[in-house]
Amino acid sequence: MSKDPRRWLTVKPQGLYCAAGDFYVDPTRPVARAVITHGHADHARAGHGKVLATAETLAIMQSRFGEDCWGSAQAVGFGERIEIGGASVSLAPAGHVLGSAQAVLDHDGGRVVVSGDYKRRRDPTCAGFEPVPCDVFVTEATFALPVFRHPDDAGEIAKLLDSLRLFPNRTHLVGAYALGKAQRVIRLLREAGYDRTIFLHGALEALCTLYEGLGVALGPLEPVAGSKKDKAGEIVMCPPGALNDRWAAGFPDPVTAMASGWMRVRQRARQRGVELPLILSDHADWDELTRTLHDVGAPQVWITHGREEALAHYAQQAGFQAEALSLVGFEEGEDG
Amino acid sequence: MKRFADLMERLVYTGGRNAKLAILAEYFRTTPDPDRGWALAALTDGYETRLLTPAAVRKLAEARTDPVLFRLSYDYVGDLAETTALIWPEAEALPGEAPRLGEIVDTLARTSRARAPQHVEGWLDRLDGSGRYALLKLLMGGLRVGVSARLAKTALAQYGGKPIEEIEELWFGLTPPYGDLFAWLDGRTSAPQVDTSTLFRPVMLANPLEDGELDRLAPTDFRAEWKWDGIRVQLAARDGEARLFTRTGDEIGPAFPDIAGRADFDAVLDGELLVRREGEIRPFNDLQQRLGRKSVTAAMLRDYPAHLRVYDILFRGDRDLRPDPFETRRAELEAFVTGLNRDWLDLSPLVPFDDWDALRAIWDGTREAGIEGLMLKRVDASYTAGRPKGPWFKWKRAPLTADCVLMYAQRGHGKRSSLYSDFTFGCWRDGPDGAPELVPVGKAYSGYTDAELKEIDRWIRRNTVEKFGPVRSVIPEIVLEVAFDSVHPSKRHKSGIAMRFPRIHRLRTDKPAEEADRVETLAAMIEG
Repeated sequence: MSKDPRRWLTVKPQGLYCAAGDFYVDPTRPVARAVITHGHADHARAGHGKVLATAETLAIMQSRFGEDCWGSAQAVGFGERIEIGGASVSLAPAGHVLGSAQAVLDHDGGRVVVSGDYKRRRDPTCAGFEPVPCDVFVTEATFALPVFRHPDDAGEIAKLLDSLRLFPNRTHLVGAYALGKAQRVIRLLREAGYDRTIFLHGALEALCTLYEGLGVALGPLEPVAGSKKDKAGEIVMCPPGALNDRWAAGFPDPVTAMASGWMRVRQRARQRGVELPLILSDHADWDELTRTLHDVGAPQVWITHGREEALAHYAQQAGFQAEALSLVGFEEGEDG
Repeated sequence: MKRFADLMERLVYTGGRNAKLAILAEYFRTTPDPDRGWALAALTDGYETRLLTPAAVRKLAEARTDPVLFRLSYDYVGDLAETTALIWPEAEALPGEAPRLGEIVDTLARTSRARAPQHVEGWLDRLDGSGRYALLKLLMGGLRVGVSARLAKTALAQYGGKPIEEIEELWFGLTPPYGDLFAWLDGRTSAPQVDTSTLFRPVMLANPLEDGELDRLAPTDFRAEWKWDGIRVQLAARDGEARLFTRTGDEIGPAFPDIAGRADFDAVLDGELLVRREGEIRPFNDLQQRLGRKSVTAAMLRDYPAHLRVYDILFRGDRDLRPDPFETRRAELEAFVTGLNRDWLDLSPLVPFDDWDALRAIWDGTREAGIEGLMLKRVDASYTAGRPKGPWFKWKRAPLTADCVLMYAQRGHGKRSSLYSDFTFGCWRDGPDGAPELVPVGKAYSGYTDAELKEIDRWIRRNTVEKFGPVRSVIPEIVLEVAFDSVHPSKRHKSGIAMRFPRIHRLRTDKPAEEADRVETLAAMIEG
């Protein structure tokens, strides 16, 4: 196969490397030139020379790592085409978090789409995933087991609101990843008609402000600040780690909720001491992953972080050429 | 089934006892017969079909999914019922209405084991994820939602506004789906009529004797007995049939044929189950060998012969002695036991004393004598179920203490889930290289004040060596004075010993870790 993209796209210790344009996609160590799909810490790191990403992703990186977290940066809109060396790069929406993109790489008549992290269902805080036909589709596999079928978002938000009605004197502590999940939960609550002030753990404040600045309205928000005792019957958002932290101890009889795709497995929810599991994920579930393979129609599928074995098995059964791509540094994060 | 599934789901994730009671009462209120009765049976181990084996479930799941994907999923989830419930292919719209719990139970009652999976497959298609989970858990056994039979009965009592004792009195005469019980609790009928002759009667319990309490009591109002270190049991015998119950009403007769199989009289007795070999009462550890088993081997009967030491009589023939004062019951009991003359049953003797000082001197000697303490019972008190305040006291012997070093801490549950409140502590011994090493000797969850807990929690977070999930190992620096009732040899613990009823007595901030106790010191405390 003369046009095999394997000749110009390879795995190096730093990450996925495009030899044709001499750049990396989501490298896990500082490199001279990087294309970044989205702002989560296992994809976006500080210290690269030149960075190419959506304007939103660049803003998120600066908010997390500081103004000078790179040598120089170039913002690219969806659909805009940029030539880097012998390769042509464009970005397409991935539907994962605000600014998240798939990197579409063309060279030598072949096209590879590096989808980063993605989901297919509607998300009121970011642009929806667009399937891009290609020769090689690089996919994540975070929830790549048929036991992971994320239910309808509205139903999960209703669980939280029902619990608030049932326990009007208990603080509802909702653990949600600081980038993306927290803002999505807030937006979904607003869509469900919840218009009270939502209180924020300190670690969520900056990103919520950033989202609002980028046009995602979140309604009345306030930091938890000093008093926890007067938060009976309120919704308080915090990062998942804070649920089991001493920080959580001062709230009146808290209900611990957690918004994550992992909540689908009871044992996992119970291990974390979660009383109210909300199955809300920013990653594609099994049905979305498998549907996407067909929508994109790439004869070759490269599978990165997650449960590669199961998705590779499915893809092979369905007639794709599939293999696991062993990239280091991607973990089963809390952004599930 | 939908309601039952919701009930399971809510119970799984709810930690607090009161919250669980509220959830159960709400379920009984909103669910019709016979569904609520079958749910009650499932929660109290009254519904055991075991019609569905793990192999049968696996076969069903593999027939409907890709076996490779099923295996990978099962490896990840780790629970067969949950994997199957989650992976089961779902139609866009469920075909037909979800089956009712009563319908499921009825169908299975008329089905052979071989044909059961076929029905189950049909039901799985008609249920959603939590419904499938509840169905599989119900039919495979092992709901494990953190509800004991006692808690379920407490919820019934609260739901119907009846004393739990009345429900327990009837309980063993009732059968699922408990239509007559609910009719009574709903106020539609009077209490169900059951033949209670060999049924469990709720027991009378004692309160701990508080400091200084003796001085407020008159010694002439009380009788003293030894407090035995066995388990409290009730033997109900009638017309050649006998049942042996724990104090919560669980029947353990089949595991103790050397008691239940020999009771050929008409009486209900209250006493202590012990192991007695060659005329000697053995330590609790020996009794432990026979507990928690459904049946018993000839070797166990020979090595750990059971013995019943009685201290009260509730019925003699048809005569209910419970309303009578202690002294009357005691006279009846003595006459009855003397007349029986059995070597597997004897009378717990009274401990004579003149005044509290004399009794205190006897209490001081209980540890030396290998006895757990004393019981005080009012001479004029009737036998009242529950734990009434005033008539009965237990006066446990003073605890032993040891200075131990905090080794591991684990986050607690419920209110304490954000604090490291469960402590594993150790004592010193010589390691293989001769250098002193710490080995765990026990675990405690209580005994500290809230302020102390916060302080220890803060210290733990700053002095963590390693994290293993919810557990942290810490620098061996904090000395805890641990109080415990006794020490036993244990093969399961690295130190070779295990403590009974350990709790944190106080923090020894004055003591360096190197000066904590040695394992040998604890081992020397083993009795018997």
